[in-house]
Amino acid sequence: MANNKLQQAATNLLGWVDERFPLTSNVKAHLTEYYAPKNFNFWYFFGSLALLVLVLQILTGIFLTMNYKPDASLAFASVEYIMRDVSWGRLIRYMHSTGASMFFVVVYLHMFRGLIYGSYRTPRELIWLFGVGIFLVLMGEAFFGYLLPWGQMSYWGAQVIINLFTSIPFIGPDISLWLRGDYTVSDATLNRFFAFHVIALPLVLLGLVVAHLIALHEAGSNNPDGVEIKKHKDPKTKIPLDGIPFHPYYTVKDLVGVSVFLIVFSAIIFFAPEMGGYFLEANNFIPADPLKTPPHIAPVWYFTPYYSILRAVPPILNSQFPGVAAMGLSVVSFAFLPWLDRSPVKSIRYRGTLYKKWLAAFVVSFLILGYLGTEPSNVWGQFSPETWIVGGADRATVVARVFSLVYFSFFALMPWYTKKDKTKPVPERVTA
Amino acid sequence: MANHEVDQSKRKFLIAATSVAGGVAAAAVAVPFVTSMMPSERAKAAGAPVEADISKIEPGSMITVEWRGKPVWIVNRSQAMLDALASHDDKLSDPKLEVTSQQPDYCVNPARAIKSNIMVLVGICTHLGCSPSPKLQTGADMGADWPGGFFCPCHGSKFDLAGRVFKGSPAPINLVVPPHKYISDSVLLIGADDKGVA
Repeated sequence: MANNKLQQAATNLLGWVDERFPLTSNVKAHLTEYYAPKNFNFWYFFGSLALLVLVLQILTGIFLTMNYKPDASLAFASVEYIMRDVSWGRLIRYMHSTGASMFFVVVYLHMFRGLIYGSYRTPRELIWLFGVGIFLVLMGEAFFGYLLPWGQMSYWGAQVIINLFTSIPFIGPDISLWLRGDYTVSDATLNRFFAFHVIALPLVLLGLVVAHLIALHEAGSNNPDGVEIKKHKDPKTKIPLDGIPFHPYYTVKDLVGVSVFLIVFSAIIFFAPEMGGYFLEANNFIPADPLKTPPHIAPVWYFTPYYSILRAVPPILNSQFPGVAAMGLSVVSFAFLPWLDRSPVKSIRYRGTLYKKWLAAFVVSFLILGYLGTEPSNVWGQFSPETWIVGGADRATVVARVFSLVYFSFFALMPWYTKKDKTKPVPERVTA
Repeated sequence: MANHEVDQSKRKFLIAATSVAGGVAAAAVAVPFVTSMMPSERAKAAGAPVEADISKIEPGSMITVEWRGKPVWIVNRSQAMLDALASHDDKLSDPKLEVTSQQPDYCVNPARAIKSNIMVLVGICTHLGCSPSPKLQTGADMGADWPGGFFCPCHGSKFDLAGRVFKGSPAPINLVVPPHKYISDSVLLIGADDKGVA
């Protein structure tokens, strides 16, 4: 009897809330009665994992700001203080630094899912564009955050990236002066980057994530077959025949993904938080020195494909702007995918070999450019001076140029090869 | 009041006028915020000229001083280094110093210097602002035909001992020679010359 009374009280309370705030209807719309295709596979883990990492970054970030000092004379020491003297500070800092890299791991895999299953196609263009926005803001977060420890790589990385803007014709030098707030990267720069990193960009990021999810729940999730489950609804209930409620089916599935992810994440934090210099670079354990560039500087791994493209483009007419523009374009190109893809099918399952070859070439280019970006440009030595055309040039630079061309061709030629491709018939309903 | 028709044209005018006035106000309010991000008065004042004692630099070696937060190199070039400067003009992007922004008028000469042996350079690569590493000696790890100069570790730009950029480097133009003058034979002032403070 007591149970019944308690139940009655809970129902009353919920009723009271629902008259004032749409709690039950929102839970239904986004969880218990949001119908997702029943054929999600491995590639569908990474959206929810990205959300998990976002929460982790915000949480660990809040605790780091309790001890961090955004002051050029104190910043480096305050990070070391967190590492050595703050109870569990080392763990919290490594969660945050590893979280940054893992954010890009899951976001790159999430984007690759979008590529192979055509998740950017009609009617999901806005989901994709909000996603590209999230990706850009994430890159900004990573860049601003990387200056904060005020190590050598922080300093010279910021110096190089801010100087990219200098090459913009006419207004460039003023833009980089405005970004730095000083004639060199200095305390003023550090202080404002802190403001961008901890408040400005996180707010934009959260807004974009909400927009991404609202758009997703309006258009409905795509699936590995790239067919619209809304086309076949139960005539009585109006529920898609191939849909299952997100909760409990996919919340439980995602929990498995979360468990596996956390095992990997913890293993990195416990045993290899610097990841051999790929997550935290050795030079960043040396305080920033404005008079001395470390002998080899490279961005953190998630920026290296674009950085390779920057290095690959030679100056034209005494200007380095073409390289900078190419790098910018290599990131922004993703935004145009919904309009470049002319294939009648969405999913790679029903595409022909032509598209698969181009996608493979793109992935290989991305990985090779990414590797080359971590190495100095003379890593593979030079071609002998007698070699045809490329005589004397750095081998790695020539290879980076070739793969930069492949990278851009994947986008530029997409309208042509997706139209020409021989596609297979798409089933009406999702397959098992 | 109840029976009046809505005057659509008046409503349109009011919407337009409110939008314009609000837009102008928003733009005006943005000005202080955007301007606050430019260098502060304190940052502007910190750019004073610095003095450097050059009497102890051996021929063939260099020192680095800080001016406006940037490294400035002072290289005492040996006679052999000076003689070699003219030998590789064909490999340089701008051997004749045609990009005039990169050095003051009084340094437009083959040595890019006031006193031919003393080279003064802002040690910041004209590509993306890293500080190149001195590789003053010929040959060594830079390959047999290296004439001596500077190598930028970030993107591989190469400069000779007069700070002139080699062709094929990502850096488009020569290194900057800052305004400077001699206060005495052994003391150099960086950041100011006879025309005033830079």
